[in-house]
Amino acid sequence: MNYLLLIYWDEKLWADLPLPERNRIHQACGAWHDELVKSGHSCGATGLQPAAAATTLRGAGGHAITDGPFAETKETLGGFETLACRDLDEALAIARRFPGLKDGCAVELRPTVAGGACVD
Amino acid sequence: MNSPGERSLSDDGRAAIEALHREHYGRILASLIRVVRDFALAEDALQDAFAAALAQWPAKGAPPNPAAWLMTTARHKAIDRIRHRSMAETKHQEMIALTTPDGNAPAPADSLRLIFTCCHPALSPEAQIALTLHTVCGFTTEEIARAFLVPVPTLAQRLVRAKTKIKLAGIPYEIPDDAQLPERLSSALHTIYLVFNEGYSASGGDALIRADLCNEAIRLARQLIELLPDESEPRGLLALMLLTDSRRHARADTHGALILLEDQDRTRWDREKIDEGVALVGRALRTGRAGFYGVQAAIAAVHAAAASARETDWPQIAALYALLVRIRPSPLIELNRAVAVAMAEGCEKGLALLDRLQLPGYHLLPAARADLLRRLDRFAEAATAYREALSLVGAEAERRFLEQRLAEVSRRCG
Repeated sequence: MNYLLLIYWDEKLWADLPLPERNRIHQACGAWHDELVKSGHSCGATGLQPAAAATTLRGAGGHAITDGPFAETKETLGGFETLACRDLDEALAIARRFPGLKDGCAVELRPTVAGGACVD
Repeated sequence: MNSPGERSLSDDGRAAIEALHREHYGRILASLIRVVRDFALAEDALQDAFAAALAQWPAKGAPPNPAAWLMTTARHKAIDRIRHRSMAETKHQEMIALTTPDGNAPAPADSLRLIFTCCHPALSPEAQIALTLHTVCGFTTEEIARAFLVPVPTLAQRLVRAKTKIKLAGIPYEIPDDAQLPERLSSALHTIYLVFNEGYSASGGDALIRADLCNEAIRLARQLIELLPDESEPRGLLALMLLTDSRRHARADTHGALILLEDQDRTRWDREKIDEGVALVGRALRTGRAGFYGVQAAIAAVHAAAASARETDWPQIAALYALLVRIRPSPLIELNRAVAVAMAEGCEKGLALLDRLQLPGYHLLPAARADLLRRLDRFAEAATAYREALSLVGAEAERRFLEQRLAEVSRRCG
């Protein structure tokens, strides 16, 4: 099973953190990721720039372009990790070790479509 | 037209198959899911097998080992269903698994797998309950809908959604390892206790189905004890449910009005259930790691041991509640402890503890305050507290009780 682990932050909370504190969190999350690469669970990850930098497309041809994220919420997508796991329990165990959870972020696990082919 | 003789034969056959459905459905399904690794396919195949039984047994008679017959037939039906699927879909793995004989007797470990899958915390509590009743206990969608007073389509959709989530999210069909077991077991026990409470709560619904829910919860707890003999909490939960259920016939009058524990006719308590519950509490506590359910069962056992309300060992109950608060801190348990302290050491002491609590929007706190004030003859203050409780109460039986108490203290205010 492949999962996308989505990391959500309250951006205001993040902006209010002192710089050394932010770097401490970056480092802890980086260590968590490095371990997943070593154990073969990670298929890649990235952090995201703030939601203010997002552009959303809607409608046929994507002509309705709006500045900002898909939904205006307090908690926005801050990054993601892609995981290859045996089952949801293994993915949950990895998600629970995510250091950002201590600092107020939430993570969401979404199973990905197998083989990348979206057919219903 | 059938002669009366024929009709009774086929009715008997039907009844026998229905009984078999209740008894074996979950176990056979559990083994089938392990083999086909697909909830929906296993369910459809087993339904087919039961339909075949219904068509054949009344005329030909039931086979010598009905459960094994159902299992074998369901496997064949599953193979048929896979064959009928789109040719583009390769289902070799499933076919191989299905044709490899590994014994047709449902295995106990499979039942445990099924319980843990149905009670996975990634499913909502409502979905866990519905799925457990449907797959482990063999309740029909209609029966569960009737028990929970929801429309059949709503319940059916809830089940479909839960099964889809199991499949898409990769919820495993496995007994959790030692590291995960405490949390997962606690989730399973919680689901079983919710099933029991739904059956025990006096509010509405079909009485027969509700009694069934209690019996099923008790049966599930017995199954967990059998499958996980070293765990103490399943024993604690079974004891708690038996001790609670022992008071079923004494807790309401003929009009359905609530009778408080202290006013119940204790000769109507079910001694057999009490004896079994008390013995289980003893075993659960002797392991030295009594948990949330074990301690609640111990409290129920202390109540059960008192020949009359006046003889209740309140200091013991207060001590057990103090232990319970340490295991799982909660203002509701604090409230119960305060009431026990009031009974053991005096109502003023209890009131002082209640005044430190906050349970906004919840009627039980003002109701408990009102009762202690009433016992202290502080009727005007009691009336105010009863009014506050009445403004928050939901259940009809409880409302009637509080109104009656309010009328009583209002009369005595003068």
